[in-house]
Amino acid sequence: MVKFTLNGEPWELDVPSANPLLWVLRESLELTGTKFGCGIGQCGACMVLVNGQPTRSCQMPISAVQGAEVMTIEGLSRHGTHPVQQAWVEEQVPQCGYCQSGQIVSAVALLAAKPNPTDEDIDGAMSGNVCRCGTYTAIRRAIHRAADLQAEAIATDGAGAGGDR
Amino acid sequence: MSERHDGSTGAENGSKGLSRRTFVKIGVVAGAGLTLGVSYKVMAGPGVPATDATFAPNAFLRIDADGSITVMVGKSEMGQGVATALPQLIAEELEVPLSQVSFQFAPAHPAYGTGIGMQVTGGSTSVVQSWQPLREAGATARWMLREAAAQRWGVPADQIQMREGKAIHADNSELTYAELASAAALLDVPEDVPLKDSADFRIIGTSVPRLDVPAKTTGEAVFGIDAGPSGTRVAVVARSPVFGGTLRSFDPTPALAVAGVDEVVELESGVAVVADGYVAAKAGRDALAIEWDEGVWNDLDDAEIFGRFEAAVREGGKSTRDDGDVDAAFAAGRELIRATYTLPYLAHATMEPMNCTAWVRDGRCTVWAPTQFQNAPNIVGGGARQVAAKAAGVGADSTEVHTTFLGGGFGRRAERDYVREAAELAGKVDGPVKVVWSREEDMQHDFYRPASYHEFAAVLGANGMPEAWRHRIASQSILQRMVPGWVPGFAANWAGNSDPTSTEGARNQPYHVPNINVSYAKVDLPIPVGFWRSVGHSSNAFVVESFIDELAHAAGRDPYEYRRDLLKGHPRHRAVLDAVAETSKWGSPAPEGRARGIAVAESFGSFVAQVAEVSVENAQPRVHQVWCAIDCGVVVNPAIVSAQMESGIVYGLTAALHGRINIQGGRVVQSNFHDYQMLRMREAPDIEVVLAPSGEAPGGVGEPGTPPIAPAVTNALFVLTGQRIRELPIQMT
Repeated sequence: MVKFTLNGEPWELDVPSANPLLWVLRESLELTGTKFGCGIGQCGACMVLVNGQPTRSCQMPISAVQGAEVMTIEGLSRHGTHPVQQAWVEEQVPQCGYCQSGQIVSAVALLAAKPNPTDEDIDGAMSGNVCRCGTYTAIRRAIHRAADLQAEAIATDGAGAGGDR
Repeated sequence: MSERHDGSTGAENGSKGLSRRTFVKIGVVAGAGLTLGVSYKVMAGPGVPATDATFAPNAFLRIDADGSITVMVGKSEMGQGVATALPQLIAEELEVPLSQVSFQFAPAHPAYGTGIGMQVTGGSTSVVQSWQPLREAGATARWMLREAAAQRWGVPADQIQMREGKAIHADNSELTYAELASAAALLDVPEDVPLKDSADFRIIGTSVPRLDVPAKTTGEAVFGIDAGPSGTRVAVVARSPVFGGTLRSFDPTPALAVAGVDEVVELESGVAVVADGYVAAKAGRDALAIEWDEGVWNDLDDAEIFGRFEAAVREGGKSTRDDGDVDAAFAAGRELIRATYTLPYLAHATMEPMNCTAWVRDGRCTVWAPTQFQNAPNIVGGGARQVAAKAAGVGADSTEVHTTFLGGGFGRRAERDYVREAAELAGKVDGPVKVVWSREEDMQHDFYRPASYHEFAAVLGANGMPEAWRHRIASQSILQRMVPGWVPGFAANWAGNSDPTSTEGARNQPYHVPNINVSYAKVDLPIPVGFWRSVGHSSNAFVVESFIDELAHAAGRDPYEYRRDLLKGHPRHRAVLDAVAETSKWGSPAPEGRARGIAVAESFGSFVAQVAEVSVENAQPRVHQVWCAIDCGVVVNPAIVSAQMESGIVYGLTAALHGRINIQGGRVVQSNFHDYQMLRMREAPDIEVVLAPSGEAPGGVGEPGTPPIAPAVTNALFVLTGQRIRELPIQMT
C-alpha cells in the first residue's frame, strides 16, 4: 500500500511497488496529462513535481513516493491560470503539445527556485525536456513572461504563484 | 474551448439515411483545382456525415440553436495549426469572430477527401487544399443565414449586413445566427456564392490565438495514447528485429507468468502481449521466448548499403532532366569540380510513440488513432478506415475512425502499420485494446527518411558562372512501395524515370546552367522508407545548396550574390534571398569567431531562404542565430507561419547535428534518445522569421522550413573553418 499526496489530495493505492509513477498516474488514476515519451528518463515528457522537485515519473517506482507530495500538470491550477500556463498561452508555445506538460512542470520548478531566471538558467533547467516541434524559442520567451506574471502576482496580492488552485 | 478533443462526437458517418441536408453540394470548387492543385471534391455523391446539428449546410460547418458554431476539421492537428487555420477560413466568410468558433476532428469520410479521394494530412497541403472550399463553405452558410433573416423581416437581403455572428438590418434590428439556424436549414443551398475581397479580410492574415493551445497547457488535450474507453487493455508487440524477418516460433509461457498479462496473440507483424496496463504488457513482451527467421538480409550494414548506392550510380541511373549537352561541356577541357555527398537514414521520432486503440464488436470496428491518413477508398491500400476494416475482418462501412490530437506526425503517421496491427489484434481479443509502442520499437520499426548518395560534377565558364552541372542520385524509392496502387499521374512520373519524391529539389533545381543532367538510380533494399518532413527536399536541398556554394567559392564570388545572379528567372527565390540577406545584415562582418552561411529552397509551393550564424566550440558546431524569410503566398495566420518556420528549422537542425540511423546485422542500431539525439534547449538557436508574402496562391508551411537549414549551417562552417561538410550529420575534423 502506497500513501502519498497527489495534487493536494491524499491517496492510498494498492499497486505493484515497482510500477513507475508515470503509469500509475496514467493508467490507475487516469491522469493522462503526464506523457510517456522514452521510458528511460531522456526526454522529460513524464516530468512531475515530487516534493517540489522536477522528477521523471517514468524512472520513479511508485514505492519511492511513499509519503511524498506529487504534483502533476492537472494540479497546477483548476482552469489553466497558473502564471506559467498563462504565459504558455500568451506566447502560444504549444505546437503538437505532447511534451508541453513536462515542459510546463520543469518551468514551474525552475521559477520556484529562480524567480527571475537568466537564459543560462533556462538552458540548464530545460535541457532535459525534448520538444520535437522546436518550440524552444517560444518556451524561452514564455518563461521570461511567466517570471514577470509571477512577480506581478506577488506584488499584487502577496499570494505567490498559486493560480486559482 | 468546449468541444471534445478526441473528436469523438464527430465520428458518425453518413449511413443513417439521407436527411435533406445530405444531398447538398459541398466544397464548391470553381476552378480551385486549376490554381491550387488537388482540392476537395465537388461532392454531390458522398454527401455530408450525419449530424444532429440544427444547420449543417456542408460537411465543414455546424451551427446549433444554442449558438455553438463548430468547424469540422478534416485534417489532422499535429502542431502545424490546422485546427486554427481551417476554422479561420470559414469564420472569415461566415462573419463570426474566431472566439465564437470551436472545432472537432472530422470522421473518416469521403466528404473530407481531396479530388483523388484521400483524406490525408501531408505534403504541406492543408491550407492549399482548403483555401477555396472552406471559404466557400463559410460564404454559403452566411448567404443562407442572411436569406433567412430577410424572410423573417420581410426585407430585401441586400439591406442586411452580416457581422460578428449576427444579421443586422439597416434599422438596427438584429438576429443572431443561433436564432436563424433553423430557418436557414430549410433553404436550398446556393451555388457560386461570391467570396469576400481579400482587402476586406478581418480574420485571414491575422495572428489569432490557436484554438488548441489552452487544452495543451492543462493536460486536457487527448492524444492517441490517452484515448479510448475506460478499461481498455494495453498490448505491446514484439516485431522482427531484422528487416524482412519472420516469426518462426514462440513460447508464451514466460510472458503469461508476468502478473497482469492476460493473453499472448500471434499477429501478422509479430507477437502481441495483452495485459491490464503498459508495464505488465512490456514486461510480458520482454519475457517472450521468440525465435525469428531472420531472412536473407541479416548481414546488411551501412557499408553494403552505400556500396550499392555507389555501384548503382556507376551503372547509370535514369535521366530525370537533361538540358543542353553536359558531356560536351565537360569535354571542353575546363577543370571539373567534383563532389560526393551522403545522407543517412533518419527516424521520425515523434514525441508520442506510435499507438492505436481498436475495438471490434458486433461486426463493427471502432478505431481511435493519432493518424495523418483517415480515408482512401480505392488507392494505396486505403486509409486508416479501410486498413482497419480489412485487418479486423469487417466492412469499411462498419468501421469508424476517431482522430485524436497527434503528438507529432512528420510523415510517420501517414503510414497505417500501427492501425492495421491494432485492428487485427482487436479482432482476435475481447474488448477494446490499445497497442502502445515502446520508444525502442518506435525507433527500430519506422519508415525512415531514405539514405542517399549524390555525385556532382560541374564546370565553370570564364566568368565563373556554371556552364554544366551533373547530379547523380542513388537511394531507395518511397513511392515504389505505393505502386502499383499509386495515382496514375504519379505512377506515370515514376515510370518515366523521375521518382518524384527522390528527385524533388534536384531535378528542378532553379539555378540557370545551360547544360544540366540529373539522374536517379533506384536501389532496392529491405529498409522501410517513408515520408519524413519535407521528404526528398530534406536531402536534395542540402546537396544542391552545398554544391552551388562550392561553385560560388570556386568562382571567388559572394554566395548570396552568386545565387542571386543565377536566379534571374525566379523572382520568388530572389525575393526571399534578398529579404533574408537584409534582415541578417549579410555582408556585414560576423562577430569574432563566427561565420554566416546562406541557403534557399522552394518546396511545397513556398520559398524559404535562411542564414545561419555559427561557431565551433570544443570541435562541435554551435548554431547561434538563424534568420529565415518565407514567401508562402497568401498568409492565413502569420504567427503560425513563423512557428512552423522555427519548427522546421529545429527539425532540420536536429538532423544536421545529430541525426543518423545506422544499419548493422540487418537491423537498426539506435534505440532511444540516448543514441538518437534530439536538439535540446541549450543547443537551440535564436530564430528570426520574416514573412515576405507575394500574395500568390497559398503554399505549404509545415515542411518548407526544414530543407534550407542544414546547408545554411554547413556553408557557414566552410567559411569559418575551410571544412566542406559533405556528409550528415556534421562531423568536424
